[in-house]
Amino acid sequence: MKKVFGRPKSMKDAVFHYCPGCGHSIIHRLIAEVIDELNIQGKVIGVPPAGCAVLAYDYFDIDMGEAPHGRGAAVATGLKRSLPDRIVFSYQGDGDIAAIGTAETIHAANRGERITTIFVNNGVYGMTGGQMAPTTIIGQISSTTPGGRNEDRDGVPIDLSEMLAIAKGSVYIERTAVDSPKNIVRTKKAITKAFKAQMAGLGFSLVEVLSPCPTNLKMTPVQASEWIGSTMTTYFPLKVIKDTAGKL
Amino acid sequence: MLIKTIFSGFGGQGVLMMGYILALSAMRDGMHVTYLPAYGAEVRGGTANCTVSISDEEIASPVASSPDYVIAMNKPSLIKYEGQIKAKGTIFLNSDLVDIDPEREDISVFKIPANTIAKELGNERVINMIMLGAVSAWTKITSLDSLMNGLTEVIKTKSSKQMGINKKGLEIGAEYVLRGA
Amino acid sequence: MLLRGSHVIAEAAVRAGCRFYFGYPITPQNELTEYMANALASLPDGVFIQSESELAAINMVIGVSMTGKRVMTSSSSPGISLKQEGISYLSGQELPAVIINTMRGGPGLGNIAPAQGDYLQATRGGGHGDYRTIVLAPGSGQELADITRMAFEYADRYRIPVIILGDGMMGQMMEPVEFPDPIDPKSLPPKPWVLDGAEGRPSRIIKSLILDTSAMEEHNWKLFRKYEAISREVPEMEQFLTDDAHLAVIAYGTASRIAKGAIKRVREMGLKVGLLRPKTLWPFPKRILLQMSRTISDFLVFEMSAGQMLEDVKLSLEGRGRIHFYGRPGGIISTPDEIAKVINNIYFKEGLERE
Repeated sequence: MKKVFGRPKSMKDAVFHYCPGCGHSIIHRLIAEVIDELNIQGKVIGVPPAGCAVLAYDYFDIDMGEAPHGRGAAVATGLKRSLPDRIVFSYQGDGDIAAIGTAETIHAANRGERITTIFVNNGVYGMTGGQMAPTTIIGQISSTTPGGRNEDRDGVPIDLSEMLAIAKGSVYIERTAVDSPKNIVRTKKAITKAFKAQMAGLGFSLVEVLSPCPTNLKMTPVQASEWIGSTMTTYFPLKVIKDTAGKL
Repeated sequence: MLIKTIFSGFGGQGVLMMGYILALSAMRDGMHVTYLPAYGAEVRGGTANCTVSISDEEIASPVASSPDYVIAMNKPSLIKYEGQIKAKGTIFLNSDLVDIDPEREDISVFKIPANTIAKELGNERVINMIMLGAVSAWTKITSLDSLMNGLTEVIKTKSSKQMGINKKGLEIGAEYVLRGA
Repeated sequence: MLLRGSHVIAEAAVRAGCRFYFGYPITPQNELTEYMANALASLPDGVFIQSESELAAINMVIGVSMTGKRVMTSSSSPGISLKQEGISYLSGQELPAVIINTMRGGPGLGNIAPAQGDYLQATRGGGHGDYRTIVLAPGSGQELADITRMAFEYADRYRIPVIILGDGMMGQMMEPVEFPDPIDPKSLPPKPWVLDGAEGRPSRIIKSLILDTSAMEEHNWKLFRKYEAISREVPEMEQFLTDDAHLAVIAYGTASRIAKGAIKRVREMGLKVGLLRPKTLWPFPKRILLQMSRTISDFLVFEMSAGQMLEDVKLSLEGRGRIHFYGRPGGIISTPDEIAKVINNIYFKEGLERE
């Protein structure tokens, strides 16, 4: 019998701890598929975040080194500068990259570090239990914005990817989503290109992935995915934000 | 034997270089030395000073709370350090820029018109070497030969013309003292 | 060579095979950062980044250390506080690194004068969690060179962050120094735990998250056993004129130099006083101190702080001997004469025997 679907080589034989309907599992799998397809399993080093994906190293069958909360880009910088011929990526959530780790991320991009960042934006702090994230949208209820995010009090959702696009050192930044099969395919393409930009030595690359968090949004998995398309994308439009990498 | 010397003046007068060459020369003579420059906010606003300690045994503190010698390249330096000099110590004044006399009577005062001498030499930047030559001739902390060697070690990258004028500065400073004494 | 303390550390680090430096400017240690910028720029395998913050610097250190290469960062008190997060991670992840703290007056922004107020921060771990770092306290220009070499050796041997605790005076002062021969980083033994891509071997994880409490407990005990071994193998104490001493001054770093000057003065007056200078602050040379209490009745702890090492002295002596303290916090540098007066005062008050 011909096997048409299996576990990517770069994934361990482990059961995800993620909630039903969570986008992390999909994004993990996409990264593993890309690593397999680029045949870089033995050359890649990943940096997991603090957050729900903190246990990513239990799932990826690659070398991984944990970073303190928000410091993924700095740890990845150290790894890459030490081993310039390896492929280094950080995997970071919205709180990790767009709140506590903003400085490290912007400066890594500005230096044009040859690293790739997968930025998972689900609009909420997942692991700590649903508090407001820097990307929580206006009016969205969270455990620390019981009346909804208020612009006057809390500011507006931060456009980190757009900010990073201003940096001269960034070469490829795209915002995608994993709310539909079509967008999942699109996301995989973006991740592939981001890795290729790094492998070509061009500069900093990042893929922001809008990802459902049904548990903390207090929705069903289907509702959470629909919410991305109907609401989240009005604040965070899906698009190639910057591409000076050209065809890779 | 422990001798502490403070060099002080405006930034640009070569104050740190004076101290460094003295420390280096004494080190080459086989002495224990420390060299402590002032740093940070203390040197913002254009003042510079450094402390050189020279001893035939291990040096405890590189700080000079009561220095044996003070080289005051300008008036504020005299005002700042006059009170600290050890009794029977000596203050060397760049008399071109210090137009007042020390009030203390228990210290020796040696005046050197360093800017005037330097102008005659044709290079005002060597005021530091003139003063250093004078200090070494008066105090005998280290010999003129040692200073010459120290100077060669420090400015080896510079042109022979510069070397010449700096050495000349040391010599003339020393002569000035020997003539006066 | 006649070199500034900050330059001595930097040169010694390069000679120890360190090719990676990350740092953020802060006085009074900028000369170290600048020296590394120059030195590493002239080496083909050298990497220097002026980071956006101390946080970023220490995390870049983590990244390089994960690949097994020798790496260093440096700062002064306020910046070291920011690095504590990373030092805790380095400890949990068992990663080697060398961290220089050129201490200045504090707390808060404080000043830039030499001080010793970070003793407890350095020797008690400093960041969160149940850990210790090796803390070395050089006392001269030459020792800065020797101790920096040693710091890299210890860091690799024990897979631990090593802190060199200096101060503004040690960093700025120039003294004669001779360096050991340089080490080629390629000649260092490979480390079997590094991340370099899992080519041809099982993949590796370097982490400090251990959710399972019994596994976390075991990890903590493992660290503890390592610290026990270090406590046996690493402590070092200089003894100066202690053989016949009735009173010993205990001081480290800049304070120890001043104390030595004071001791020479009081010796001339016939007072039997010696110096105990810990070269390792953690592990503190407890056993040696306890042994000294057999012959020495009085101990004067002298620090450029309001009393921090004092705690270790009390713990080490376990109630033996009389312990006195003299400290000047805030960046004040005492003179040898001042300390000689303090020694005199104690010596006569306690009725100690003169020559």
